[in-house]
Amino acid sequence: MMVFSETLQKFKSGLAKTRDSLFGKVTQLVRSKSVIDEEMLERLEEILISADVGVGTTMVILDNIKNRVKQERYESSEQLSVLLKDEIGRLLQANGGAPANGIRLPDSVRPYVVMVVGVNGVGKTTTIGKLAHNFRSAGLKVVVGAADTFRAAANEQLEIWAQRAGVEMIQQSRGADPAAVAFDSLSSAIAKQADVVIIDTAGRLHTKINLMDELKKIKRVLDKRMPGAPHEVLLVLDATTGQNTLQQVRQFTTAVEVTGLVLTKLDGTAKGGVVLAISNELKIPVRFIGVGEQIDDLQPFDRRAFVNALFESSPTESP
Amino acid sequence: MFENLSQKLETVFKRLRGQGRITEANVAETLREVRRVLLDADVNYKVAKQFIDDVQKRAVGSEVLNSITPGQLIIKIIYDEVVKLLGTSKAEIHTAPAPPTVILVAGLQGSGKTTFAAKLARYLKGKGSMPLMVAADIRRPAAIDQLEMLGKQLEVPVYADRAKDALAIAVDSIDFARRNIRDTVIIDTAGRLHIDEEMMQEVAAIKKRSRPHEILFVVDAMTGQDAVNTAKAFHDRLDFDGVVLTKLDGDSRGGAALSIRSVVQKPIKFIGVGEKLDALEPFYPERIASRILGMGDIVTLVEKAQEQFDEEKAVKLEEKLRKAQFTLEDFLDQLREVKKMGPLSQVMGMLPGMNRVPADVQVDDKALVRIEAMIQSMTSEERVRPSIINGSRRRRIAMGSGTTVQEVNRLLKQFEEMQRMMKRLSKGSMKRALQGMRLPAR
Repeated sequence: MMVFSETLQKFKSGLAKTRDSLFGKVTQLVRSKSVIDEEMLERLEEILISADVGVGTTMVILDNIKNRVKQERYESSEQLSVLLKDEIGRLLQANGGAPANGIRLPDSVRPYVVMVVGVNGVGKTTTIGKLAHNFRSAGLKVVVGAADTFRAAANEQLEIWAQRAGVEMIQQSRGADPAAVAFDSLSSAIAKQADVVIIDTAGRLHTKINLMDELKKIKRVLDKRMPGAPHEVLLVLDATTGQNTLQQVRQFTTAVEVTGLVLTKLDGTAKGGVVLAISNELKIPVRFIGVGEQIDDLQPFDRRAFVNALFESSPTESP
Repeated sequence: MFENLSQKLETVFKRLRGQGRITEANVAETLREVRRVLLDADVNYKVAKQFIDDVQKRAVGSEVLNSITPGQLIIKIIYDEVVKLLGTSKAEIHTAPAPPTVILVAGLQGSGKTTFAAKLARYLKGKGSMPLMVAADIRRPAAIDQLEMLGKQLEVPVYADRAKDALAIAVDSIDFARRNIRDTVIIDTAGRLHIDEEMMQEVAAIKKRSRPHEILFVVDAMTGQDAVNTAKAFHDRLDFDGVVLTKLDGDSRGGAALSIRSVVQKPIKFIGVGEKLDALEPFYPERIASRILGMGDIVTLVEKAQEQFDEEKAVKLEEKLRKAQFTLEDFLDQLREVKKMGPLSQVMGMLPGMNRVPADVQVDDKALVRIEAMIQSMTSEERVRPSIINGSRRRRIAMGSGTTVQEVNRLLKQFEEMQRMMKRLSKGSMKRALQGMRLPAR
């Protein structure tokens, strides 16, 4: 079943920053010249790199555009944005997966176990609050497990979100073994016949071996309690982070086999280009994007809607 | 820290060092590589461009072409430019002529403001101040609880009032500090997006009313290209005095430091290097620049050692590092001492040569146990002269320590590498080398 209803308007407005700064510039660029030339491509390079697309991915996009300009004899600058839209759409397509993402709960698996991981300060707990709210609104019984036992007041923070979402939270005292909390949460969810369990974990830098080992242990313990769990490992990424994002995706995937990504803080940043870098270099689907601070500001990531939203001219621009 | 940038620049430099003469063409090619390294490290596009232009201008001049060792000169130019970008001196915190000194901490969500506030309180307390932490983040759920818990842990009082707004909390906390004889007030504000007008006005109002002596802008070191915009927006509103770079204990960043520094012209004053409350260090531009260029960071290491064990031992450690006389035996001793200084991965990054250990070979504290076992499985002669350790000795050491021959090989290689780096540094005056007056040649 598909839990998240798509509110396209919100999706679009959340991406307004990315669209205005990144693609607004492309529009300007296109208007400034009449033919596609080296200088224009160099400016395009600047626009892409400045949006955190990354050097490697930018080169792939530019090379493809150059080849097509040559082979298909494009000349007029207005065709540049068409070409760019094509290339970006293709990059995201190569990423595979269904056109609309989000989480689909198979009917046969109860409880469905979601483990949430990420580095410090990316918005894991907030994302869990929003996820729980979404599941709850869809009429599902949700349990959240407070397995961030390291950070001061992490429990309190999650508790407030749990209350807002109207779901139950399982916790132990600060400093407790996070794997034990995860185990307890899952046991409790099974006993209560919950539909979904979301396990929060402490933020950790992907370079800390001992902390990554701790994460592996949490995952092992979940699998022990319920073979096959966790069914989804969500890695939360901060959209304002630069190329280190790729490193985070790689390291967390090596440790706990990440199955989906959540990109937060997309409303505040002028970027979002990192989505392209992820698609180009790694094959993990983006499940959700966070576009605001409200509890319903977590949106399923829709590749087509994303590309369209980026290229649609904003209200302030003349058509 | 910065390992990847160092590594990548080193491959570029290696190629340069091989060149007898530098031509315009290979300068351009190399600088393209350097540019890519900088962009991959999240240095802002425009900043990187400026950087390359500056270097190119200096490198293609007759000065370089006519010099005997053009490779070294280019490296020196690049190093100089990095130092220039990072700023040239270490900065201190402004204090009030009459206490209390008010310090305002601001930044984006998730940059690590609350953790930094606590680290700063600990740091100042260690220097004899009596800080008060102020919980002016009333937005994030449980932010006040977090600061209160940290305060309890540090035995530093926290001013919080759940009935007031952020502005009132900030203003009232200063009176509270006066009445309770606290000489420093650290105000932790809510994280805010630089485009959130309402929140930016709030923090500007807090500044206006609390009249801070020092405003610190906290920023995640992993931030991408947007770092310059964020820094600029906060700077326009707050005219902050300094920058705090957090999460520098991760990998492959450093770009944000270069970009922010060049865009707002305000010094980076502190760096956060871990989750523990003592993982805060002052920022020394030369050291970070040396690290970027793969020269190690002996000065920080020695200072850290001083904090942990007595002066005399620290001097000895520096001596040994400087003279590069040490054997595997000493290496083992040092590793044990170093263990006291904190997580090994952090300390190792400061040793010259250690940042060239391939990125996939991570140093964890368990590895130390294995290294210990390996060295203990060597004879005393082997420890002094590792060159005699041949294949069969390697097998014996591996068997004796419960490791593999590959691990023994790796240890010996690392040790050799380290010795070589130190020899290089000790040839000239180490201090001068660190300041970049004389750069090592291969």
